[in-house]
Amino acid sequence: MNLLVNGNDLQVPSDVNTIADVITHFFEQDPIVIVEHNGEILEKNHHTERIVADGDKIELVQFVGGG
Amino acid sequence: MNDRYSRQILFSPIGQVGQKKLAEKHVLLIGAGALGTGNAEILVRSGVGKITIVDRDYVEWSNLQRQQLYTESDANSRMPKVIAAKRRLEEINRDVQIEAKIIDVTPLEMSQLTDGVDLIIDATDNFDIRLIINDISQKHHIPWIYGAVVASYGISYTILPNETPCLHCLLQQVPMGGMTCDTAGVISPVVQMVVAHQSAEALKILTDNREALRRQLISFDLWTNQQASIDVSTFKNTSCHSCGQAPTYPHLNYESQTKTAVLCGRDTVQIRPTAAGNRDLETIAARLFNIGKVEQNSFLLSFTNEPHRLVMFHDGRVLVHGTNDVTEAKSLYYRYFG
Ligand SMILES: [Zn+2]
Repeated sequence: MNLLVNGNDLQVPSDVNTIADVITHFFEQDPIVIVEHNGEILEKNHHTERIVADGDKIELVQFVGGG
Repeated sequence: MNDRYSRQILFSPIGQVGQKKLAEKHVLLIGAGALGTGNAEILVRSGVGKITIVDRDYVEWSNLQRQQLYTESDANSRMPKVIAAKRRLEEINRDVQIEAKIIDVTPLEMSQLTDGVDLIIDATDNFDIRLIINDISQKHHIPWIYGAVVASYGISYTILPNETPCLHCLLQQVPMGGMTCDTAGVISPVVQMVVAHQSAEALKILTDNREALRRQLISFDLWTNQQASIDVSTFKNTSCHSCGQAPTYPHLNYESQTKTAVLCGRDTVQIRPTAAGNRDLETIAARLFNIGKVEQNSFLLSFTNEPHRLVMFHDGRVLVHGTNDVTEAKSLYYRYFG
């Protein structure tokens, strides 16, 4: 399946089914990430239930601490 | 009247009116590292009225790659960052009032720094301090601009009390310890990119051009060439403890403040003594001369007994270098300074 992630067309493995899977796929450890899925911004507690499909547009913004 | 600000005044959204407003504004800048020095230089060159710069650390060689106000001589003499920054900034623009504070930011100190402040810029390196800034901002209705970098990645968001969600709303959880410490290094261009976003937002706020604010959470990676911007306004939570209808400002609770902190990626532990107040560094130095190498400048005392180095500031705060272990750091602290 292909996803449009932050403007880049990226292929993800077949075990990536939900937004939570997408986060696990792209980040290490347990990041704090804000997700927009097909233009809709998601609360954190919806990450595990939201299913992704081929061609979906996803914006991921990770909070980091350095300065 | 010289033409120092002529190009900025020609820029019509600022103009003469904006320039005059800018000269009456006071910015509180928390952190004098990479983001701090970048923001400070832009604001001072642009003619802000007053800037208060707060930092707990001194200049080291590893800072010079990206912290634009510092020189080799600052690193050699272990100059406190805010002192080195103030000196350089006063060479750049003597019309700007620059206040330098060598302190570790706690809620108590923060509440003493915010009088008359129009804007807080976040140039810190951890979420503990950012959550204090977030609560102070809400309590005193002062906007603040979050900015952070790691590796080639940067992120920024402008938080306006009563308008936008706050940092607490956005995070939806308290960051873990690992989140506050980045060991992936950082490249200078991404610092400059975040500085550009923060300082542009600052100029909009300080010249009363709020309609021009970005109002989006933005992030970019200058190495993988990705970027994202998200409208996060729906995250504003009316029951948020920091910005909601009945705020408790949980991060301003003095009792919850730790006395020790492991500094990010530095192999260093900071110890803040319970009894604050001026230390006589001369007397302490005299006592330590026989046991190790003692070096001093007007602001701090550095004591090396390999593999550890302890640095004490006038206020009694100590940085223990060469360990990430709080217990070990404490025992070294008591052995030499207790
Ligand atoms: Zn909030």
